[in-house]
Amino acid sequence: MAAYRNTPGFQRVLHAVKHVCFSKQRCGVIICRYSTVYDPNEKVSLIIRVIKTCKKMGIKTVAVHSDVDSSAVHVKVADEAVCVGPAPTSKSYLNMDAIMNAIKQTGAQAVHPGYGFLSENKEFAKRLAAEGVTFIGPDTHAIQAMGDKIESKLIAKAAKVNTIPGFDGVVKDAEEAVKIAGEIGYPVMIKASAGGGGKGMRIAWNDEETREGFRFSSQEALSSFGDDRLLIEKFIDNPRHIEIQVLADKHGDALWLNERECSIQRRNQKVVEEAPSTFLDPDTRRAMGEQAVSLANAVKYSSAGTVEFLVDSKKNFYFLEMNTRLQVEHPITECITGLDLVQQMIRIAKGYKLQHKQSDIPINGWAVESRVYAEDPYKSFGLPSIGRLSQYQEPLDLPNVRVDSGIQEGSDISIYYDPMISKLVTYGKTREEALKKMEDALDNYVIRGVTHNIPLLREIIVHPRFVSGDISTKFLPEVYPDGFKGHMLTAGERRELLATAAALYVAAQLRSQKFLGDLRVSVVPAESRQWELCVELDKGVHMLGVSRSGNNYTVEIDGEKVEVSGEWNLASALLPITINGKHRTLQCLLRTAAGEISLQYLGTSFKLRVLSNLAASLSKHMPEKVPEDTSSILRSPMPGSVVAVSVKPGDNVAEGQEICVIEAMKMQNSMTAAKTAKVKSVHCKAGDTVGEGDLLVELE
Amino acid sequence: MNDKQHFSERHNRPRAVTLTLLSVARALCYSVSHLSVQERIEKKRKAALTGGGQLRIAAQHKRGKLTARERLELLLDPDSFVEYDMFVEHRCSDFGMEADHNKYPGDSVVTGQGRINGRLVYVFSQDFTVFGGSLSGAHAQKVCKIMDQAMMVGAPVIGLNDSGGARIQEGVESLAGYADIFLRNVMASGVVPQISLIMGPCAGGAVYSPALTDFTFMVKDTSYLFITGPDVVKSVTNEDVTQEELGGAKTHTTVSGVAHRAFENDIDALLNLRDFFNFLPLSNKDPAPVTECHDPRDRLVPGLDTIVPLESTKAYDMLDIVHGIVDEREFFEIMPNYAKNIVVGFARMNGRTVGIVGNQPKVASGCLDINSSVKGARFVRFCDAFNIPIITFVDVPGFLPGTAQEYGGIIRHGAKLLYAFAEATVPKITVITRKAYGGAYDVMSSKHLRGDVNYAWPSAEVAVMGAKGAVQIIFRGKENQAEAEAEYVEKFANPFPAAVRGFVDDIIQPSTTRKRICRDLEVLASKKQTNPWKKHANIPL
Repeated sequence: MAAYRNTPGFQRVLHAVKHVCFSKQRCGVIICRYSTVYDPNEKVSLIIRVIKTCKKMGIKTVAVHSDVDSSAVHVKVADEAVCVGPAPTSKSYLNMDAIMNAIKQTGAQAVHPGYGFLSENKEFAKRLAAEGVTFIGPDTHAIQAMGDKIESKLIAKAAKVNTIPGFDGVVKDAEEAVKIAGEIGYPVMIKASAGGGGKGMRIAWNDEETREGFRFSSQEALSSFGDDRLLIEKFIDNPRHIEIQVLADKHGDALWLNERECSIQRRNQKVVEEAPSTFLDPDTRRAMGEQAVSLANAVKYSSAGTVEFLVDSKKNFYFLEMNTRLQVEHPITECITGLDLVQQMIRIAKGYKLQHKQSDIPINGWAVESRVYAEDPYKSFGLPSIGRLSQYQEPLDLPNVRVDSGIQEGSDISIYYDPMISKLVTYGKTREEALKKMEDALDNYVIRGVTHNIPLLREIIVHPRFVSGDISTKFLPEVYPDGFKGHMLTAGERRELLATAAALYVAAQLRSQKFLGDLRVSVVPAESRQWELCVELDKGVHMLGVSRSGNNYTVEIDGEKVEVSGEWNLASALLPITINGKHRTLQCLLRTAAGEISLQYLGTSFKLRVLSNLAASLSKHMPEKVPEDTSSILRSPMPGSVVAVSVKPGDNVAEGQEICVIEAMKMQNSMTAAKTAKVKSVHCKAGDTVGEGDLLVELE
Repeated sequence: MNDKQHFSERHNRPRAVTLTLLSVARALCYSVSHLSVQERIEKKRKAALTGGGQLRIAAQHKRGKLTARERLELLLDPDSFVEYDMFVEHRCSDFGMEADHNKYPGDSVVTGQGRINGRLVYVFSQDFTVFGGSLSGAHAQKVCKIMDQAMMVGAPVIGLNDSGGARIQEGVESLAGYADIFLRNVMASGVVPQISLIMGPCAGGAVYSPALTDFTFMVKDTSYLFITGPDVVKSVTNEDVTQEELGGAKTHTTVSGVAHRAFENDIDALLNLRDFFNFLPLSNKDPAPVTECHDPRDRLVPGLDTIVPLESTKAYDMLDIVHGIVDEREFFEIMPNYAKNIVVGFARMNGRTVGIVGNQPKVASGCLDINSSVKGARFVRFCDAFNIPIITFVDVPGFLPGTAQEYGGIIRHGAKLLYAFAEATVPKITVITRKAYGGAYDVMSSKHLRGDVNYAWPSAEVAVMGAKGAVQIIFRGKENQAEAEAEYVEKFANPFPAAVRGFVDDIIQPSTTRKRICRDLEVLASKKQTNPWKKHANIPL
């Protein structure tokens, strides 16, 4: 997997799946094609997902891979694998001849097109048709029609799908603006025709604001873009992102498979999804479903697809776009409807009619999906992190938990990959049950070696606003206006955490006195029943008394007693314990000889230090280590590549001035000077790859 | 004064002793006549416990350092310390040293024995509050006493060094004291583990005691080791250098290789030392310790199957392999910041202490050079001396070429590592993860040097050199180098040439490595192998 770590343009592409169910004698190949510059993990997990269903259906699968991918997970799970060439995609995954050869060689009957180049390639479609090989997925016409924003909106309008109302022409003056706004209905958004980046954009809630907004916006537009033409559009206040899954066959029949609520987003990327939505009533649901189906019919859609809507606080909904592929969040729809979407796609491709009628589509229970990312949630709700998954354990032993991932222990997460680790889905009879399962699943999910967003996921799903269903696409910035800070401990939780750390410390101390088979007499002091410990947490210092009986510890903190018991397996990544009768799963991330203990508790990792009272009392004599003066050095906040360096040694920079730009995951981050000073030295140049914490520039 | 000298000179003559004692008692009566013996004992003990007094203790704390006794309290199990020679006083009578106020019961060192996690250890802790911890004849005598006893009963010696150097007032007696300690360091070498923790100054001749011990640890910012201080350096070589630059923890753990690890402060160092002690056997007659282990011995490590990159030029972190394989990912690395192209340290396999040696492909491609050879050799010899099985992970492209290395004597230094592996009779398990090229293949605990179990991963390549270099020699001048290279790769860049000759015992799936090693160690626990009789061997120093 290492080869394309240094080739950002690398595209890992084809995966083939061979199957026998098409005809009993011959085999079929389903080839998935991926445009995976930035997100192969996600895509690999989709291939694995497809292969799983094929296995269930008795279809044999063939994975197509380039020679550097030969050890990837999907290659291992497929029944067969064909190498289609060396690493460069043009010689392997995009090499149509090689793919056609692979199909012939394996006697494949079907191709899973995935999405990207080959799926939209008419030439490829023609060659497949000539060989009599089935193409799984919508046809290229539908993909192209829905891929174009303007065209898709026009088609949607024609199909009587609600679109965001607005005036596409240029608004002449303030009075015309008021008139149009009145037609559209408040609130409205006035924006510059040439605009971008929020400049020249105003939101108006009444006529007065519209006039004012028109004036300001046109001035701003003129000064910013030299063009004062303005547009008016309905402003969707506090929208939710809700999408409808559709399934259409080649015989003109289509179904809607209910909605998915995907409002919890950061930077327009979904984080937590659920199905159904707490917000929709049956009427709205049906209305949305019917519009989605009519859109699918309008483009003669076949296969599975998703119609995305924005929904405002009054349950008005507006078409956003249609996704013509199987989406990351499809499992939650499968959970509540009981349908296997991949299986349905394969059936449809083969030309079968839909198995179900609209009235057959149920909403059974509730499903929640968390997108587990290799990201640092404490920075802008998630800046990419990299590393090697030194330990990785999915919570699959829990019931009603499903994990779709394309990685394994030992996988490398690099800056060139999508940072998604997996899609974690839990299911319950009720929403409450599904969310409780999600808590357990997140607590039992072991990810070591990269920073991950489990702390954020774990907080979202227990946040009162989320629990009550009061969410919108602005949920994260609204709930955490100063950025995500991790779980805030209540006094009781703090005691639980301290008690656990103390008990763990004593368990480890006791074990380190146990030598097996030693002939020499070791003199362990008669085990004292009572330990006096001092535990530090977030600069707070607590004196604890610990007493033990077997595996049960009683910890006394500030006059309160906490009972902790567990197996205390010091090798296990998970620490299942009972605290005051409540079952909890913590994770011990670090335990050092010097008493440092890091525990993952309620999703967030906490650093503690446990010392004997003696060591703690002597600590006051230890010299203070002077921390590095961070105002005069600039370090990379994340792994990435240096796009530009705008200073050189000797330059004078002002506070806040841009010093360099770091790019990671398609995001450019401007790094600025923390003070006004002269540049002492520059340690990076454009094109460099830097790690988190690497020194970029030093100021004097 | 004369009487006292009499006493020490003639203590083996009973009659004279009696007489002298009487006169001593008479002399003392003037000052402490009002005290009973019991009270005097109490008074002395109390004085011994406060060392150089509260003012000096406060000064010691102000420097960010703990006192000699506080350190022992942290290092040893509670209430386990048994102190020796609390009443010993220095015997110097020059320069006013004979005055009562210049006598400190116990002098400038605290000695005795105690327990670390229940296991016996002998300790001395120099007391900087008494004459700056300087070494008097009495101080040395105390240290020698515990060392002698440690060797007799077979228990490790830990020295906590915090001393300004020789007691200048005592002259040659102090020098003699150093030599007495050095001799015992040498005699104890390979008999009981010896550990030095430098917790303050250690300068001049004093540095040779830590240098002779098995492991030297330092405390960052508050300890330093050098032969001559910055002032002398300035006057002799005109170099401007600070104490920290000359002999601080960073210098010795990264540049000179004199120290094996550095810790943040006294508490951190002592707690880590307790942890480290658990890895060591008590003496060369004791087996490597086995502790209770919660990590399954047959645990598979799936991550290892993909850790070695497919391109042989790509680096990976050998520590990832080590952490994955050993118990609970716990690895006490020795010299982590020096000669980083080789990784050495202690870990456990199914509870049993093992020594780990591994080439580090991440640094200088994992090649062997002077520093890494010496680092590896000393570690291997320690393990061999103390019955600690050695597990070697090999990914080595060869020895580092160049004039710097040749002029520096890579031949004789490289030979040390070869020598150490060859003479070792403890269980030796070797895993070739990728490259094992040239002479370095032989050196790295190969089958030919009595490796007990040698494994190759499927990614292993055992050859005289890499394909490119080899082809340039074998097919010199031949047109189609690429084709020849492919032929060479096909033939040699795989584990088979070694496996068909039995130079590796098996080609194993990387994920099963832990399981295999645990099983082998159980078998090899009863290994008996001896080298021919010799006075001592002659390692190319």
